[in-house]
Amino acid sequence: MAVAQRQLVERKRWMTRQEFLEEWSIAQIMPGPNVVNLSTMFGARRFGLPGALAAMAGLLTIPLVLVLLVALVYARFASHPHVIGALRGMGAVVAGLIFATAIKLSSALKANPLGIPVCIALGVPCFIGVALLRWPLTYMLLGLGAVGCLLAYRKLQP
Amino acid sequence: MMAAPILVMRWLDWLNLLVHYLYYSVLSVGGAIALASEMHRYLVVQQHWLNEAQFSSSIAIAQAAPGPNILFVALLGWNIGLNSGGIAAALFGVLVTMTGILLPSTTLCCISAHWLHRNRDLRAVRAFKQGMGPIVVALIGSIGWILASAHSEPAADWRLWLLTAATGLILWRSKVHFLWLLAAGAILGWYGMV
Repeated sequence: MAVAQRQLVERKRWMTRQEFLEEWSIAQIMPGPNVVNLSTMFGARRFGLPGALAAMAGLLTIPLVLVLLVALVYARFASHPHVIGALRGMGAVVAGLIFATAIKLSSALKANPLGIPVCIALGVPCFIGVALLRWPLTYMLLGLGAVGCLLAYRKLQP
Repeated sequence: MMAAPILVMRWLDWLNLLVHYLYYSVLSVGGAIALASEMHRYLVVQQHWLNEAQFSSSIAIAQAAPGPNILFVALLGWNIGLNSGGIAAALFGVLVTMTGILLPSTTLCCISAHWLHRNRDLRAVRAFKQGMGPIVVALIGSIGWILASAHSEPAADWRLWLLTAATGLILWRSKVHFLWLLAAGAILGWYGMV
């Protein structure tokens, strides 16, 4: 996801941060893996069904081959301490990448009609619920998400 | 480690697997990983198609490897195939589980995204998109937190947190490619420095 944000928004400039956030919220609430949803939606929007298929194939093929190779290699070296260490280091880097993405996307919230205080009032409990208390995501979307949508609906004048 | 089960998968069994994954796909709001416990119940406890070690290593590898972590579903199919024959059966297993988990959700997503885009000026649609903004940012931050805190002891793992913080700062402030940092993290981990 963080890589998708970097490519689509920062490198190719195919969409703005604002647009990315909007598309991502759809991709998040629909069933299915959200990165795949996002890419497929983007491909479909630009090029129709061929675009959707191309986006999905592009997103999945190489990682799929890689992960199967890793599985083959892992079966042999699973207990090797260097391998375990390298996986730990990579995990920490991935976490940093995701934090950086969250920080960057939060700058798009400045343009949000809810205003920054409301955004914080919605975002902080959501973070606490999901990250610290490990509540199911669906409850967060139905609860805090619904509040956010209602507030935004009232703010947006017809 | 337990020995892998040896399976005879008939066409009806593969069809059963496909139907289950089509069903999981529709349910997978918030990502397929939320359904991992249900997959465990079906594949390991009920059908005995995988053993515990195969199930948990499938998830661990998909999380560690690059790419969307939905690929743990592919690894589950791969292992079922391996248990029932060779590499060809394993590839067929990947095809069955991945088709199942992707087809309904992707179709649904494309249709609704199309509708939402055409009606993007509707007040309700704009309210939905704007109202979800802070939630989405918080959810992304949460994923970072869950990954960073996966290590058991914060006191002993401060170097990992430091690595996470440094990576976050570098990627926020500069245009360094992520893969360089990933390689650096792997090297640091390999030599036991984090």
